[in-house]
Amino acid sequence: MSKSGTGGGKNPRDFVSQKADSLSPSGIRKFFDLISTTEGVISLGVGEPDFSTPWRIREAAIHSIEKGYTMYTSNYGLPELRQLLAQSLERQYGVSYHPGQELLITCGVSEALDLALRAVVNPGEEVIIPDPCYVAYSPCISLAGGIPVPVPTCVETGFTIMASEIEPKITAKTKAILIGYPANPTGAVMTKEELSQIASLAEKHDLLVISDEIYAGLVYEREHICFSSLPGARERTILLGGFSKTYAMTGWRVGYAAANGDIIEAMLKIHQYTALCAPITAQMAAVEALKSGEAEAQKMLHEYDRRRRIMVKRLNDCGLACLEPGGAFYAFPSIKITGMRSEEFARRLLKEEKVVVVPGSSFGQHGEGFCRCCYAAPLKEIEEALKRIGNFVRRHNATT
Amino acid sequence: MERIFEILENDARTTPEQISTMLGIPVAEVEKAIKEAEEKRTILKYKTIINWDKLNKEQVWALIEVKVVPQRDVGFDTIAEHIYRFPEVISAYLVSGTYDLSLLVQGKSMHDVAKFVSEKLSPLDKVQGTTTHFLLKRYKDDGEVLEFPEEIKRLPITP
Ligand SMILES: Cc1ncc(COP(=O)(O)O)c(C=O)c1O
Repeated sequence: MSKSGTGGGKNPRDFVSQKADSLSPSGIRKFFDLISTTEGVISLGVGEPDFSTPWRIREAAIHSIEKGYTMYTSNYGLPELRQLLAQSLERQYGVSYHPGQELLITCGVSEALDLALRAVVNPGEEVIIPDPCYVAYSPCISLAGGIPVPVPTCVETGFTIMASEIEPKITAKTKAILIGYPANPTGAVMTKEELSQIASLAEKHDLLVISDEIYAGLVYEREHICFSSLPGARERTILLGGFSKTYAMTGWRVGYAAANGDIIEAMLKIHQYTALCAPITAQMAAVEALKSGEAEAQKMLHEYDRRRRIMVKRLNDCGLACLEPGGAFYAFPSIKITGMRSEEFARRLLKEEKVVVVPGSSFGQHGEGFCRCCYAAPLKEIEEALKRIGNFVRRHNATT
Repeated sequence: MERIFEILENDARTTPEQISTMLGIPVAEVEKAIKEAEEKRTILKYKTIINWDKLNKEQVWALIEVKVVPQRDVGFDTIAEHIYRFPEVISAYLVSGTYDLSLLVQGKSMHDVAKFVSEKLSPLDKVQGTTTHFLLKRYKDDGEVLEFPEEIKRLPITP
């Protein structure tokens, strides 16, 4: 590394903290540059809806700006939003949270996740996560001073994290289990029984559970099970939820955490100094989403469901074995038939067929051998992309 | 069956195979349901929404409010039929409010439409009066935004 400047001073890079330096760049970001220089690409690599936020919601936000709602809100978030949220959680899952002390509005689930971890993890404490899982889990645990402990999940058990697999990983240092179902990148959902076993395990070992339920609104052919609604689970659960996916509101940056008042208080202390409050316009939009967004959300859900079935069928037809995802908007097919590693698969697929998928290895060691295909894309694009993937697999079938 | 129609209404070119996959029902069943719907005229026709303005074709549309005298026994139906049989009439609705029939009429020119109103429509016995509104611009038709559809502005890859 060459030193810049004349004196013997630090290279700007040397100012970077060891902590920041030790984070590995997101595999997704690495891929980005490659894509932006290729033309005619169809992307199944996104992690967000292909719909704009429903107009009613946008319109309400615009109106709030016109009316001069441009200030900070309470650190907790707008009282009306917390009130509506409490009602919605009660109505949907039968869990009650006090809107005054047990709900915190955040800048997306992203912030809520960071706050939750920083509020509970002491240096060196361990947090159990599924592998593969959402890209932010492991880095956020590390940033909070904790140690991520991945528990492998596999295609045979539908990528759900089993209590029996978690238990051997529990040590005296284990503080929490962080799960996110429906899951990014696998689309896996967990049954009530499976979740209950994790709740019992948490009770047995006196652990906290952080449940990222950002995809709660995108569950197909079954009901979403809210972790804190399980018997005895509420007091040891931090529930994270959001608006990004259900209401197509990724760019607004609004989400929430729900937990016992003492935990929320601890999260609030960090939030008030780091974020202060979630953007007021986004909170206003979220209020409208809860008031009137249900019909549009259902419409989008039905649309995803149709695309989901097409994608799963096409993937299986072309030889990339794929489970039927029960939630979110991702399919996670095996690329075994090509004999390639997932990064190579994604890179060559982009180069040869101009289709973007995300290598499974971006989501953890046990994502290797798979790739993530998002079906939040217009049906025409899905069909075309899968045609190209079919051609690719035919050319690179390692089993023939 | 309603779910099949919803899909077709949104995109008539969706194939029975696609519909079958989307809904998880056998192709034969989808085909049968579509055939039956066509026979019963639940499905009337498969059409394309075209933005003729893009072709600079000389064409005008007018919304015409028509006040009519209802007739004994048949109400508005006979006079409505008399009117909607004219090929110039693209759509015809019986509506509540200060007038009775709402028509969408198409012609080659304003003169064309005016002629239709003065020579065909107004002289009809049961027509009491008409008000013609020429369309200046179409923004949205059948749920489709014509000029500025929402683009997808996503980054190609996100977590
Ligand atoms: C599992 C999971 N959690 C959290 C997030 C971040 O959500 P938000 O937009 O609310 O910050 C994402 C977004 O992709 C996600 O997939």
